[in-house]
Amino acid sequence: MANSKVSQDTGDLKLDRVSKHYGDFCAVDDLSLVVPDGSFFALLGPSGCGKTTTLRMVAGLEEPSAGTISIGDTDITTQKSYRRNVNTVFQNYALFPHLTIFENIAFGLRRRGLKDVKTEVENALNLVEMGHLAQRKPNQLSGGQQQRIAVARAIVNRPEVLLLDEPLGALDLKLRRQMQIELKRIQTEVGITFIHVTHDQEEAMTMADTIAVMNQGKIEQMGSATELYEAPKTAFVANFLGQCNLIKGKVTNRANGKAVVSAKGHTFEVPLSRVATDNDSVFVGVRPEKLRLDDNGINSIKDCVVIDRSFVGTSTQYLVKAPWDLDLVVFEQNDEGLHDLRVGDKVSLEWDAEHTFALDGAQDINAGSDLDDEE
Amino acid sequence: MAFLHGLSKSHTDSGSGLKRRSLTPYILLAPGLIWLITFFIIPIFSLASTSTMVRPEGSQIGTYVQELRFANYIDAFLVSKEQYLRSFVYAGLATILALAIAYPLAYAIAFKSGKYRNILLVLVIAPFFTSFLLRTVAWTQILADSGPVVSAIKVIPFIDETFRINNTPAAVVIGLAYNFLPFMTLPLYASLERIDPRTLEASGDLYANGLTTFRKVTLPLSMPGLVAGTLLTFIPAAGDYVNAAILGNPNTKMIGNVIESRFFAVVDYPTAAALSFTLMATILILVTLYIRKSGTDELV
Repeated sequence: MANSKVSQDTGDLKLDRVSKHYGDFCAVDDLSLVVPDGSFFALLGPSGCGKTTTLRMVAGLEEPSAGTISIGDTDITTQKSYRRNVNTVFQNYALFPHLTIFENIAFGLRRRGLKDVKTEVENALNLVEMGHLAQRKPNQLSGGQQQRIAVARAIVNRPEVLLLDEPLGALDLKLRRQMQIELKRIQTEVGITFIHVTHDQEEAMTMADTIAVMNQGKIEQMGSATELYEAPKTAFVANFLGQCNLIKGKVTNRANGKAVVSAKGHTFEVPLSRVATDNDSVFVGVRPEKLRLDDNGINSIKDCVVIDRSFVGTSTQYLVKAPWDLDLVVFEQNDEGLHDLRVGDKVSLEWDAEHTFALDGAQDINAGSDLDDEE
Repeated sequence: MAFLHGLSKSHTDSGSGLKRRSLTPYILLAPGLIWLITFFIIPIFSLASTSTMVRPEGSQIGTYVQELRFANYIDAFLVSKEQYLRSFVYAGLATILALAIAYPLAYAIAFKSGKYRNILLVLVIAPFFTSFLLRTVAWTQILADSGPVVSAIKVIPFIDETFRINNTPAAVVIGLAYNFLPFMTLPLYASLERIDPRTLEASGDLYANGLTTFRKVTLPLSMPGLVAGTLLTFIPAAGDYVNAAILGNPNTKMIGNVIESRFFAVVDYPTAAALSFTLMATILILVTLYIRKSGTDELV
């Protein structure tokens, strides 16, 4: 039994210059990545960005065309799937329909030659709060229950890395929220490295310590949810995570820790640390909730017109047209300072310099904007 | 009884189409029922009645009267117990042979054939475009003493010069396996094709190598097809007489041959009918035991 000795804390998962080609199509392009041991890591990206292929290469279900994959000091690039101490929670769970829930969970333990599996299976079932269903068959369970069993079946083996391939994709919104919290709890409890593949940015931000945003086989940016949201480095990341206002402009001056950008007669200040490019042609970016309907800030645009408004409970969302060909999204908190503007009203917008970021202007300004919901 | 349930349900429905709707199940069932009654139920009673008839002393050949002589069954069994037993042995061997050929074939079509899947499926049933009889006769050529198979085997050293396949039990078993191969392949294919490839990946992910994955996941999940395929092969093979007649010799006669000759050559209807009934009953018992044992009713 190759895996009879399961050791914990064996080290970080490393992908070094990994590529995967299918004929002419390049699914994963020269990707390098380090996932620290014990972290909750999310691979986030739209459908077809290569995130699932990356996951399958780590699982051993696909072999990389180039590059190496290792856990700690062990190179697992060509190791067979059944020899790797890596387990997967499959997208549609892939439970064994002919086995009871108990036997589904015991499957991995039995394959590794364990005789007494009862305690471990029961512990795993209790971890996902499904102890009472041990003797059922998978088709007698609801989607959410099957999902938990799939997690238990993988986790009972105490893998070095647990891979989750869009595990919540088939659940409805409420159950998904619940499972997000649940998964996070389980991860904290067992301390195994989780790699979670998802196209749902909210899901990634809720659960993961570190998120890698993938696009067209490459990692666009990697960091904590806050970093990615507050200081995106590319237009794709800015648009894919939440909503974003991008204004095309030119850097006219870089001094005293700030850059000055001019656009259509307006000047905007951006802290130099938040300028992601040396290029002078830039997009100035600011998140909708950072905009205020006022006109005395450092960065402001006057003579705007409200062209749409929608009330969404906690906030009111305005679509505001700048004096030139540019629409801006503004979220105004639903508190005392509410302006309650109507369509057609004239407004000014302002925001703080430290909420502003600047991206390389040589990219597609709409990259990643209409991608967040597949299916 | 499902349609009766449907009936009572449709009665609770309101509307003008009620009468027509409640008749629909009967209209749909009618052709099948009429067919079954005419060609199965009535003949089976006629056969049952024939099986206990006796030919009166000195009467013409083919004249029988009903005397409820159940001893016919014992007599019939005693004269043909050798062929009777042989039928089940040959059918069993042919089923095993067909399974050994059909399983890899069905597996390959289900998982490895890619865009050729439909072509391969057509090829599996293509033999049905030619007559059963002709195909069996063709095997006498393939297995002939100077034919390709025997010549090829004779290349092996220490194979006796007198080695032959035609007119041996082997030829009969090969013929049976060949003729019922599609009945084995198609149900197997159907159940293999339904397996989600991700469950196989999951098995590999959970430390099972290829062989273990087959034993623990693929095989159990294909059991419904395996049971259906073996039944569809075994049942007709046990009652078959064409293969034994064309590919065998007088010592390879199966129960089908005996029944056939009793009916058409000897014109001994009661014995033929009794044998038919015994065969049917035996197959029914074997099939019931087999399904119980394999536990396929539990499978999805």
